Amino acid sequence: MKAIIIGCGRTGSSVARHLHDAGWEVVVVDEDEEVLSNLGARWAGRFIVGHGLDIDMLVESGIESADAVVVSTDGDNTNIVIGLIAQRRFHVERVVVRVLDPARAAFFAERGLHTVCPTSIAIGALTEAALVSETVSTEGASI
Amino acid sequence: MYVLIAGGGKVGANVTRSLLRQNHEVTIIEQRPDRFRVLEEEFDYRVQRGDATELHVLERAGIGRPPDLVLAVTGDDEDNIVICEIARKRYFAPKVIARVNDPRNQTHFDLLGVAPTVCATSSIMALIEHEVPESDIIRLLQLRDDELEIVEVPIGADSPSSGKRIEQLKMPDGTRLISVAREGRSEIATGSTKLEVGDRVLAILQPGCEDELRRVLLKH
Repeated sequence: MKAIIIGCGRTGSSVARHLHDAGWEVVVVDEDEEVLSNLGARWAGRFIVGHGLDIDMLVESGIESADAVVVSTDGDNTNIVIGLIAQRRFHVERVVVRVLDPARAAFFAERGLHTVCPTSIAIGALTEAALVSETVSTEGASI
Repeated sequence: MYVLIAGGGKVGANVTRSLLRQNHEVTIIEQRPDRFRVLEEEFDYRVQRGDATELHVLERAGIGRPPDLVLAVTGDDEDNIVICEIARKRYFAPKVIARVNDPRNQTHFDLLGVAPTVCATSSIMALIEHEVPESDIIRLLQLRDDELEIVEVPIGADSPSSGKRIEQLKMPDGTRLISVAREGRSEIATGSTKLEVGDRVLAILQPGCEDELRRVLLKH
């Protein structure tokens, strides 16, 4: 299985390493050469310096035969547009896009783009954690 | 007409000014605080501060009405694409116009159906082609929706078509000559029109027919 990871910050680099550990062929793309270090000293996969909207670079990365594309640059709109291109131009079956703004994540999800919204996930987890601690303390009081 | 403009740089501000002069209703969205203050001095309540790719900012600016026209003219092509997608698909804005900053991104606007677009660099390049006399086929207009292109062809001394009537030319499929301009006057091209050196011929063609048109009119 082959994945292209676009954006090699904290999130992208970790996803790349997980997939690589799971036996995938992984190609990582980022504009900034420096972030290669995020992948760790022992990174054995490919790393390409380039912009995710550069069609020639995407072709060079092997997007046409990729099973999955994960887009996680630091720009929501950049991620959305790269995701749409991967889907509609290169017909990649599994495209996952990070979108921090919950409203935009929901809108593009409705339109068929698989968006993951860390903000919504954090809101859910924090709210749940707060509610659980409330239950725990109430229970504690009743004992 | 109600126009919503995303992006208050030079383009956004000048278009706002021009539309207001024509008595249109305009709201302009600008994100950068210092630029926002400058715009607010001139346009007062018509400027909204915020990121025009955020739904609540667009809603505050009245996208729900929806506007008759949405202009996405920020300096960021991805932002402009997203603004147009949201305006058309979520708020059913009947018309959008997008600015393309980097001509290499034109293909992304086309792929996603964001049209019409305006790209200053491409316009300037087209003008350069037009102004440089040696250039051969000059692209004048792309009719994107109809997949047709209108071009101008200067007939030179070595053109195989000079001295011939149009009906004598084997015009390739997917091309047609429209008019012939000679000494400042234009005439509709008919079969009996004779091409002469110095003529400027307008042609309409389907994409991909340029080489064949060049072969018939220009190459030997």
